[in-house]
Amino acid sequence: MDLDPKVPSGPIQDKWSKRKFELKLVNPANKRKYDIIVVGSGLAGASAAASLAELGYNVKCFCYQDSPRRAHSIAAQGGINAAKNYQNDGDSVWRLFFDTVKGGDFRSREASVYRLAEVSNSIIDQCVAQGVPFAREYGGLLDNRSFGGAQVSRTFYARGQTGQQLLLGAYSALAKQVGLGMVEMFTRAEMLDIVLVGGEARGIVVRDMVTGTISSHAAHAVVLATGGYSRVFFLSTNAMGCNVTAAWRAHRRGALFANPCFTQIHPTCIPTSGDYQSKLTLMSESLRNDGRIWVPAKTGETRPANDIPEGERDYYLERLYPSFGNLTPRDIASRRAKEVVDDGRGVGELKNGVYLDFRDAIQRLGKRVIEERYGNLFEMYERITGEDPYRVPMRIYPAPHYTMGGLWVDYNLESTTPGLFVLGEANFSDHGANRLGASALMQGLADGYFVIPYTIADYLVRVGPEKTDPADPAFGDTEREAKSRIAKLLGANGTRTVDSFHRELGQIVWDNCGMARSREGLENALREIPVLREKFWKEVMVPGSGEEFNQSLERAGRVADLMELAELMCRDALHREESAGGHFRVEHQTEEGEARRDDEGFAHVAAWEWAGPKAEHRLHKEPLEFEYVPLSQRSYK
Amino acid sequence: MDLVLHIWRQAGPTDKGSFVRYEAKDISDHASFLEMLDILNERLTERGEEPIAIDSDCREGICGMCGVVIDRLPHGPQHGAATCQLHMRHFKDGDEIWIEPWRARAFPVVKDLVVDRYAFDRIMQAGGFVSVRTSAPQDANAILIPKEKADLAMDAAACIGCGACVAACPNASAMLFVSAKVSQLGLLPQGQPERRERVLRMLGRHDEEGFGMCSNYGECHAACPAEISLDFIARLNRDMFGAVATAVEL
Repeated sequence: MDLDPKVPSGPIQDKWSKRKFELKLVNPANKRKYDIIVVGSGLAGASAAASLAELGYNVKCFCYQDSPRRAHSIAAQGGINAAKNYQNDGDSVWRLFFDTVKGGDFRSREASVYRLAEVSNSIIDQCVAQGVPFAREYGGLLDNRSFGGAQVSRTFYARGQTGQQLLLGAYSALAKQVGLGMVEMFTRAEMLDIVLVGGEARGIVVRDMVTGTISSHAAHAVVLATGGYSRVFFLSTNAMGCNVTAAWRAHRRGALFANPCFTQIHPTCIPTSGDYQSKLTLMSESLRNDGRIWVPAKTGETRPANDIPEGERDYYLERLYPSFGNLTPRDIASRRAKEVVDDGRGVGELKNGVYLDFRDAIQRLGKRVIEERYGNLFEMYERITGEDPYRVPMRIYPAPHYTMGGLWVDYNLESTTPGLFVLGEANFSDHGANRLGASALMQGLADGYFVIPYTIADYLVRVGPEKTDPADPAFGDTEREAKSRIAKLLGANGTRTVDSFHRELGQIVWDNCGMARSREGLENALREIPVLREKFWKEVMVPGSGEEFNQSLERAGRVADLMELAELMCRDALHREESAGGHFRVEHQTEEGEARRDDEGFAHVAAWEWAGPKAEHRLHKEPLEFEYVPLSQRSYK
Repeated sequence: MDLVLHIWRQAGPTDKGSFVRYEAKDISDHASFLEMLDILNERLTERGEEPIAIDSDCREGICGMCGVVIDRLPHGPQHGAATCQLHMRHFKDGDEIWIEPWRARAFPVVKDLVVDRYAFDRIMQAGGFVSVRTSAPQDANAILIPKEKADLAMDAAACIGCGACVAACPNASAMLFVSAKVSQLGLLPQGQPERRERVLRMLGRHDEEGFGMCSNYGECHAACPAEISLDFIARLNRDMFGAVATAVEL
């Protein structure tokens, strides 16, 4: 397997310009001869579909929701980073690049991250031109806020709804192209498989979720922008429909899957309240600016929070990290919360949270200031929990939120399957072992607006304008496989619901491959998951038929793929004998309990090759070199 | 708590449909409304019955995918919140709850509580955009926008496209939805060149889709989870009269 990242030679600041010049162009009159499939309509998918259609390609765009505007990018709250340096506080492309490589704990590809920082400014220009209503100062200039992992204010935002506004911007560009007939939009359409002709991606198989009809679509190239796989944990901040199926099906057809164990657990979410819980809700990280995190000093505490005197509280982050205190990065804050809860000092009815207390901030600044800063978040919290955070401390606990791992792509965003390009959260590329806040939106739009339009042309020129023959047996064969899989799910005729399996899977992955991982736990999970998977195929009960709107069937297909991914995730976590970013192996920590990286042994991307349903994945490595950002240990003491 | 639910069941767009009575026992008041329906669906599946089809995705009130009429109110009794943000503590033991889909000619029922809202997308395709191609046209700070205007544009842009406004309106009008986009772009300098054309195209499409006219009931605003203001409909009308008066050729 040739794992060539295809990074251009030369100084890092010239690489992207050099590559853009090297890439071949498609003549304007020839663009209409090419068909491109885009799967997913979030920030990456919608921006790619719109941009490619504007250039003149024929685009087909697919999403599982009833409208492309609902993709889960819409739920991003905080903001989007860019190196504009509008605040004159010393920001630059170089600094954004440095922060992102360091924040990712030195497990990302330098050249790709540099390009991300380089195009970040164009994203803001583009979005403003579309009419995205970013927050403004009184003079009419754009406003910025600060985010974790940076010492500059480089985050652009639209209230707590930045993802929504950026997505609606990309969606409006897409809508225009749909109206012009340049994009054919397929909603409530789920990709079930990818079609390879002569080893190259030439189409997809899709199920119409309303009628159940299974059909295939041919094209010259396929772009996947299908998001992350946090739903492997069952409970996460992801939407109910988020899934790994598109990426996983491509993986099974040959595309390597990279660093699946790099997952991000967000420290400030509302704890679970019962076993009926369907998802977790994130409370913006910004709350940690004024809230103080604590738990009772002793176990078995039963008094209400406000009755516990100061001396019997443990402000553990302030105690352990005197200089960063409550503002330590996401991975550290999450792990420490887990420690104190595991220690029996958790709070709330189920003892499964820690306090985030605004008492001191309200005393210092007054209730009005706190209301101005966090009013809508406090309201949201009260709506969900029924508790008033102005009077009693919030209860929070970490929750799975984002996945840094994904399909391996080279510098051109092409996977190991020629003709298959992967964008946004679905690829592994830019965040290493930990993503910084406000960088996911940046990456999705960078890939879709400013990278894929260039790189895909080079591939199209190579394959030429001749249409892919939809009568090629590869299409029929792949369709048949998809149909037989559905028949198998419907025919299991078991006794357990899909959700009950999904919950059980989530629990195994959370317990063993969540915030803290150990050899013992991972080996345990690697024993349990295959057993559960086998049970699933025998005992699952999917009511109804395949030829109708059938939500149980949709979920069953997704859970089946998550089960396979879960195993690879644990295998990857077991292989990575170090702690880095979101991947914390208890065997690899310093005496103070901090992550210990092993740059000698693990400064590489672990890219896994599918070897068949019964065989173990094969590991390929892309070595990572740090030429511009010197390797260093992160410290937040 | 124990509840009695009357839920609209309809096999498909051409089926007549009817309410079916279900009992939902032993529901925690911490559960969300959709989680209560999840529990019911799990129980139905286990009993070998077909679960109720219902749309939802983000479950935090922003994607606009969910939305049912609960006791005659789109998104239920809680003000300024989507169905997914409603929790069972707003109900009490023994309550009878009536649950039905959005009802409007332009939103045909797909199955049970699921409707087809693609008409909204077609309205957007007709003009809900600023025509700018991907290119990073000029520095973002070259366009100055006073804070009050940007804030007002953001108020309009907050629409989640759920369709509750249509479900609430006796005329099944989508004017609040259209006005939100027309106002957002009409308030910003970027939206000026296409301002008149936009309003006419979007309204034209609105009427073709079978949405009714606005007669200022205000039910839409009362039901709106994003609390989009009726003022935007006034802006929409002003833009429309302006566009008609200057007779732009389309």
